[in-house]
Amino acid sequence: MFFKQKIFALLMLFAIITIIIELVRRRKLLEEYSWLWLLTGSVVAVLVVWYDPLVFISKLIGAVLPTTTLFIFGIIFLMLISLHYSIKISTLTNQVKKLAQELAILDQELREQVRGNSDV
Amino acid sequence: MNNILTVIPAYNEEENISKVIAEIKNYCRQTDIIVINDGSEDETGDLARSAGAVVIDLPYNMGYGAALQTGFKYALRNNYQYVVQIDGDGQHEPADIPRLLGPVFSGEADVVIGSRFLVDNKYKAPFFRKMGMKIFSFLASIITRRKITDPTSGYQALNINGLEFYAGEYYPADFPDADVIIMLHRVGLKVKEMPVVMYQHLSNKSMHAGLKPVYYIFKMFLSIFLTLLRKDTFEKKVIKPGQL
Repeated sequence: MFFKQKIFALLMLFAIITIIIELVRRRKLLEEYSWLWLLTGSVVAVLVVWYDPLVFISKLIGAVLPTTTLFIFGIIFLMLISLHYSIKISTLTNQVKKLAQELAILDQELREQVRGNSDV
Repeated sequence: MNNILTVIPAYNEEENISKVIAEIKNYCRQTDIIVINDGSEDETGDLARSAGAVVIDLPYNMGYGAALQTGFKYALRNNYQYVVQIDGDGQHEPADIPRLLGPVFSGEADVVIGSRFLVDNKYKAPFFRKMGMKIFSFLASIITRRKITDPTSGYQALNINGLEFYAGEYYPADFPDADVIIMLHRVGLKVKEMPVVMYQHLSNKSMHAGLKPVYYIFKMFLSIFLTLLRKDTFEKKVIKPGQL
């Protein structure tokens, strides 16, 4: 990997990790959702600096250039993050459904009570 | 208070809802009626109230299955023993309610499905819908080892066992169909079909319109396949009244 490439990759990673930590600090992002991003960033940072494992993995998966390996793993991580969000969205959809049903039933009961009281 | 509750999910049904409620009252006096107003933009809720039904207004349009399930949860909370579900668009003939309730009263079945294909009917389905119905009734029949002719039917009667299952975790929020019948079979609940009269949709806003049939067929295959893959016992997830 060329020196310039390394510097560029590290600067980008540093910027992304800083933004994520800052978002968590300001409570705009929950810790729960930040760890995958931080993990992704850290692994890529290690691979950028420590070149040997990257070359080794590239040979292992049959990639010609180590940069390709970085891209592939970047994409795999992004896919995992998307999957993580799909799971979260499914859970949230279920929770919202239950809440809305519960709310609607309680709303009806409350109306009934108010009507009962005003009849008395 | 009666121990039978008729649940009517309704989305923008101001043209039909009053008539449906009046006919249900006419044909089955021992039932309370609840309309689940599924985020309608018209007067459905008010009209249903003035027709004498209890109305639950969902805060937004949640879909057919989720609306129905709200009714089931209400039924459990209020200790109803039997539930009839009927569409609010006038597609189902309320005169059939007593016939649907027969097998659940006698203990012959936990869930009775009103089938439009057991009698000569005025019902004519569009091509795609017909194909879907054929495929899934065939699949459901093979898996449950009993003849299922109309798995898409939203005209059903339940006893307390069916009700507890329908109010539970596994009831789909979009369109309950053959997958639910297969789940019922796996839980060990008894399903029976009874002939009912069904009319063509009066308004053309069926959930099986447009591109939806393609999604419906895909989703139903997936849902049935996954239902078969799941080895877990559904019983554990059945909601008891105290847990609501």
